[in-house]
Amino acid sequence: MQYTLHVNGRARKVDVDSDTPLLWVLRDVIDLKGTKFGCGAGLCGACTVHLDGAPARSCVTAISNVGTAAVTTIEGIGNTPIGARLQKAWLDVDVVQCGYCQPGQIMSAAALLAQTKTPSDEDINRAMNGNICRCGTYPRIREAIKQAAKADLGAAATKKGA
Amino acid sequence: MSHARLTSKQSWGGQPLAALTAASASRRDFLKVSASAGGGLLLSFALPDLVAAAAPDTETTIFNAYVRIAPDNIVTIMSKNPEIGQGIKTMLPMLIAEELDVDWSQVRIEQTLADSAIYGRQVAGGSMATPLEWDPMRKVGAAARQMLVAAAARRWKVAVSECDTVSGKVRHQASGRALSYGALAAAAAKLPVPNLDRVKLKDAKDYKIIGHSVPGVDGPKMVKGETLFGIDTVVPGMLYAVFEKCPVFGGKVVEANIDAVGKMPGVRSAFVVQGGTDLTGLMPGVAIVAESWWQAEKARQKLQVKWNEGATRAQSSDGFTRQAVAFGSKTPAASLRNDGDAAAALKSAARVVEAAYHYPFIAHATLEPMNCTARVQGGRAEIWAPTQNPEPGRQLVAKTLGLDPKNITIHMTLVGGGFGRRLMNDYMVEAAWISKAAGAPVKLLWNRADDIQHDFYRPAGWHFLKGGLDQDGRLVAWQQHFVSFGDNGRFASSANLDASTFPAGRVPNLSIGYSLIPFGIPTGPLRAPGDNALAFVFQSFIDEMAHAAGEDPLQFQIDLLGNDETLAGRGEGFNTGRARAVLEKVREVSGWGKGDLPPRAGRGVAVYYSHLGYFAEVAEVAVANDGRLKINKVWAVGDIGSPVINPTAAENMAQGGILDGCGEALNQKITIENGRVVQANFDTFAPLRLTQAPPVEVHFLKTDHSPTGLGEPPLPPAIPALCNAIFAATGKRIRTLPIDPEPLKA
Repeated sequence: MQYTLHVNGRARKVDVDSDTPLLWVLRDVIDLKGTKFGCGAGLCGACTVHLDGAPARSCVTAISNVGTAAVTTIEGIGNTPIGARLQKAWLDVDVVQCGYCQPGQIMSAAALLAQTKTPSDEDINRAMNGNICRCGTYPRIREAIKQAAKADLGAAATKKGA
Repeated sequence: MSHARLTSKQSWGGQPLAALTAASASRRDFLKVSASAGGGLLLSFALPDLVAAAAPDTETTIFNAYVRIAPDNIVTIMSKNPEIGQGIKTMLPMLIAEELDVDWSQVRIEQTLADSAIYGRQVAGGSMATPLEWDPMRKVGAAARQMLVAAAARRWKVAVSECDTVSGKVRHQASGRALSYGALAAAAAKLPVPNLDRVKLKDAKDYKIIGHSVPGVDGPKMVKGETLFGIDTVVPGMLYAVFEKCPVFGGKVVEANIDAVGKMPGVRSAFVVQGGTDLTGLMPGVAIVAESWWQAEKARQKLQVKWNEGATRAQSSDGFTRQAVAFGSKTPAASLRNDGDAAAALKSAARVVEAAYHYPFIAHATLEPMNCTARVQGGRAEIWAPTQNPEPGRQLVAKTLGLDPKNITIHMTLVGGGFGRRLMNDYMVEAAWISKAAGAPVKLLWNRADDIQHDFYRPAGWHFLKGGLDQDGRLVAWQQHFVSFGDNGRFASSANLDASTFPAGRVPNLSIGYSLIPFGIPTGPLRAPGDNALAFVFQSFIDEMAHAAGEDPLQFQIDLLGNDETLAGRGEGFNTGRARAVLEKVREVSGWGKGDLPPRAGRGVAVYYSHLGYFAEVAEVAVANDGRLKINKVWAVGDIGSPVINPTAAENMAQGGILDGCGEALNQKITIENGRVVQANFDTFAPLRLTQAPPVEVHFLKTDHSPTGLGEPPLPPAIPALCNAIFAATGKRIRTLPIDPEPLKA
């Protein structure tokens, strides 16, 4: 089957079986390797992407269900102000250990910040509990999300002041 | 980059290599310098013990690190060990860069190939890289710096002693002249190599990189999804493979519908792999090779295999427990340690406590499932592997495929979590075999069920304990019967017990014996092997004895540790003073014993020595009336010597190890039924999640000991600290893992 996907602002034509998960189309057909395979069952969040801004587990999202939704992956999220702030906070806090889960973590965090500018710990719990980090970088993930949220407030204040 | 090779027939620095390869006779480190391809300085370094590992008459190159200095003053440092998230790819180059005296911003880092003949030990395991590489890597940097200074002094016709270095430049203060390393590298490369025993190392107070937080080198690419792990490997013409093995360990293929599977969309071939009987090698199964992984995985759903499941089919976790309990009522089959007379001391003790402890099998469940890409063709193999231990993988592939190990190239990719799982190379030999049989480069990728059901598990264990207190509440007797797995008196992998584990040596009457259950389940090292389970048993039972004695558990351990002394045991021996110091510090930073906690909240403490590191930890928990557990916080104090090379990474690693321990204690259990693993994904085998992760406050005591590793020692005490906190909160003693919330209900 032929599909036209809209990935990180670009139209991509692919020809795959209709039940192929979006994850494998991204990884193995259009060679965006940042989205990771962890469980194949929507249990670990390593494959998280955005469909029209909402977080989705691409390992259990069949290509036939993507339709015209705008697909954003870790490779594209840095083009959004929230994504860029999160990536910077991730580096400032030095979150990463092995790094394998972090694309999915950042995608879930970006969806959270798009909905909730200054998330509480409870908000973070709800948004991030589906993303497993086997290295246990959770304390730093929490800190980085808060830092990215604060950076937004800082930017807003500066703008206002100017 | 190309690697200069040095053969046994060549001479080097005026000394024949043969003299140096007689390693037992030579304790000299040595260096090699040559012009690098880019016209800069290439510095290599070898260790005597690595020389010893080389066969005497083979053409071996024995370098284990490289520094390249380009004319533009960019310094490229090769990192030789597998990076699994422990931060080694940042840390080893930090040691070289510090002594070379360059700015970190000048440094670029490259991962080496796997080649033990060149690089020596390339293993991510045992928390050993720091103690083994601390001196050698710094000397590599210092020797290069010394040669650059000599080159500058020669050019300026001044004494070496009049020159110094700063930020990748040599300076002559008196004349105000300075030259970059890049400008000096070519000349420096022609100078004699300093004797590594005599190179001057910096004073710790002058460190600009060591002891300062350096963020992980791959971070900037990782947060953009640009870094490539094993699973991301692409080779031209590559096909994708899945491999179905018998769910019962050791089972063989009788027949399979490979013709039907071979006709599925995208499938190029499907075939039976006969395999062998060694659970660590190539096991029997059915390979499906397709144009995409998804097509291979889908075809697998149509696969029907008739297995000969073999003898292990009769084994189960329940059956093992029944056997263990039966053993527990008997005398141990063999003794591990006997001090004094434990039986007599228990008879005359004022108070005796008896307890049985049990922990289950657990899996590693790295987030990146096992995978490997291989191209096997014409007697050669090229392999891209997320492995912690490439060299045994090469040997396994060579033996199984009948290849010369020299004709096998192994690229060490980034590794999406190791925890000991990838010390084994079963997935590597599978990929190589399938590539050869398919006649094409192949990326083999396991699904999550493959990963959880074909692991090398942390072995389950059972401990039957008796402890005796005298009139004054002192621990005078300890009797322990460990029921584990193995055969003919030999423990299975990671199923052993180190009989020097504290409180051994501090209890006058102590006996530890063991009995073994033969089994067919593959086991292997999991982060802090042995200790991840034994700390739970030893440190929980000491806590039981403290409560029986009516003592504060932390003070009880301090009293039990007694005088400063190094007791015979693993590593450098067990230093009671270092253990006591971390306990005292954790008492201080956690505010132990101060302030009231609400009802059903409590604190527990544990201290443990493993992999050369000492950690004391306090956990605070709150147990809801319905038995649900919340870990409020963990305080940890570690002594891994000094300096702590990369503080940000050290804190991260300690937090991660402690949280890993929490996950094992709270969630994790592998159940064997009919010789196979019941759990298949993260719903039933659950790693710790964010909501379960408490804040972890980490402190390091900077002692006068050389720095040691951190991958493992923070983990073991986390589990008993947590369990002891539950006792403090509820009066319920956790003697079985994982923690069952049911009995904790109010």
